[in-house]
Amino acid sequence: MEKMIAPSPMPKEKMYARKRPKQKRNRTAGRLITEIFAVAVTIVLFGIPLYFIFVNAAKDAKESSLLNMSWPSTFQLIENIQLVFAAENGMILRAFFNSAVITIASIILLIFFGAMAGYVLHRKRTKSTPVINFLILVGLIIPPAVVPTIWVLESIGLFKTMPGIILVEVALHLPFTVMLYRSFMATIPKQLDEAALIDGCGKLRLFFSIILPLLKPVSATVIVLTAVGVYNDFVNPLYFFPGADNATLQLTLYNFMSLYSTQWNLLFANILIISLPPLIMFIFFNRRIVAGMTAGSIK
Amino acid sequence: MRNIKSNPYTYFFLLPAGAIYLIFFILPTILSFFFSMTWWTLTDWKFIGLENFKVFLSEPSMNIGFRNTIIYAIVTSGLKVILGLLLGVFLSMRLRSVGFIRSMVFFPALLSTIAVGIAFSTLMHPSQGMINTALSFIGFVGPDWLGDTKIALLSVALVDVWKGVGIATVIFIAGIMSIPQEYHEALSIDGGNAWHRFRNITLPLSRPAMNTVIILSFIGGLRTFDLIWAMTKGGPGFSTDIIASIIYKQYQAGFYGISTAGNVILFIVVAALAFPLYLYLNRKEVDL
Repeated sequence: MEKMIAPSPMPKEKMYARKRPKQKRNRTAGRLITEIFAVAVTIVLFGIPLYFIFVNAAKDAKESSLLNMSWPSTFQLIENIQLVFAAENGMILRAFFNSAVITIASIILLIFFGAMAGYVLHRKRTKSTPVINFLILVGLIIPPAVVPTIWVLESIGLFKTMPGIILVEVALHLPFTVMLYRSFMATIPKQLDEAALIDGCGKLRLFFSIILPLLKPVSATVIVLTAVGVYNDFVNPLYFFPGADNATLQLTLYNFMSLYSTQWNLLFANILIISLPPLIMFIFFNRRIVAGMTAGSIK
Repeated sequence: MRNIKSNPYTYFFLLPAGAIYLIFFILPTILSFFFSMTWWTLTDWKFIGLENFKVFLSEPSMNIGFRNTIIYAIVTSGLKVILGLLLGVFLSMRLRSVGFIRSMVFFPALLSTIAVGIAFSTLMHPSQGMINTALSFIGFVGPDWLGDTKIALLSVALVDVWKGVGIATVIFIAGIMSIPQEYHEALSIDGGNAWHRFRNITLPLSRPAMNTVIILSFIGGLRTFDLIWAMTKGGPGFSTDIIASIIYKQYQAGFYGISTAGNVILFIVVAALAFPLYLYLNRKEVDL
């Protein structure tokens, strides 16, 4: 495909070029101009908003209230970050801890429970398979019922608790995770299971020491999708994890929005702090993340 | 030997996932149908029939949410499909800047919606914001993006597209890359040009990718809440209220019954639009 669109040095192309050198040169120039144009548009549309956040996080309150993107006259990024960390008795540290625990716990539960479910749902087809398929499809499409979920959490004593929000996040991410694992199971031959069983491998060992390690590519995808989804989730903590001590990073940022309506520099510093973990991950695992999120969407 | 005889694939493996899913998703969903017909305080309820639905559908401040939800979903998914396809085609070419552009376009997908919402609220500030400052340089008077009731919803939708077009793009790239080389060779032998290539090869053969983008962004658009809440909180007036923001407002006000009725209405809207769309687009794929 690449070859087709780019004028590649194929013999035919060379002949063509020799006959009409001028046009060939024009086409190369045209391509260069298109490319420069595309890069410029990308920088304007996607680079400037990110740059805007960065410079304003480094200004003082008065300068940042102008909302422009001139370079700060006094560069005080570190001071602003310190102020954000000190705000509300170090609320953001607590939020960092909570967000990390919720994200990591959700990832671990999703990998184990999702892989187990995907494994058995691929290998075992019974009369209840269509019902299970339907329930998975419902979970992919229908949004969660908010207040009834709170009621359920309240009745089992998990409302406003860490386990409560983790279980809700896991429940909401399960349909997709299970679907990913189940479709990947098709690439693991059933003869492998049979061979292991004949060698005297138990049911549990078959799954945990043979199948689960083979599911690693999906697990990587699940880690990427869950990390991005749960870390950036605002709605579910808003509903199911309220309370003064129950901050998550997104909730803290949201509360800072009204708190710091006159101190944009601190608000942008907060945005910068929150965006740092995804940015670092993206720099190191660019391809892995893009591949994971694409695989995630194309089942 | 016993292990070989008995079936190794027991539903025991399904138990943890199944239990969590049933308790924390399916059960509340079923309960919502009952509680949407009650006057509800979480501890106590009184059955009042379809009263909540009547309130939801007759109050102008609430039924505006329907129109907005559907407009928002169509605008965001439509733009993501068109721009994602164009970017996907462009970034599938052999250019030096592909890696850079793809990374820049994709990165917002990893950012928090609240952060993006805050940043763009300031960029869209009517007098000071960067967007209108830039427009005034080239002689335009920019609108009050988020303050004008006529365009506020579209402004938020554009920010949604900014954040989400990267995912659509990489899905299209994956789809276009998977088109076998032979088709292109055949086309070049037959003497087709770039338009023929797009029209007769790229477009039809990236159809699965397009279906994925349509479904994902359309359902995402119908369910959206956080970006609108971070940017306008449904305002000015009720002009950007969507069903999900009304659910939250009613919940905050303590009207749990009405909030749950809103939730049921959102189920119905999503199901009525997304299920047929899903089945239509996937009609050739048998196994879910």
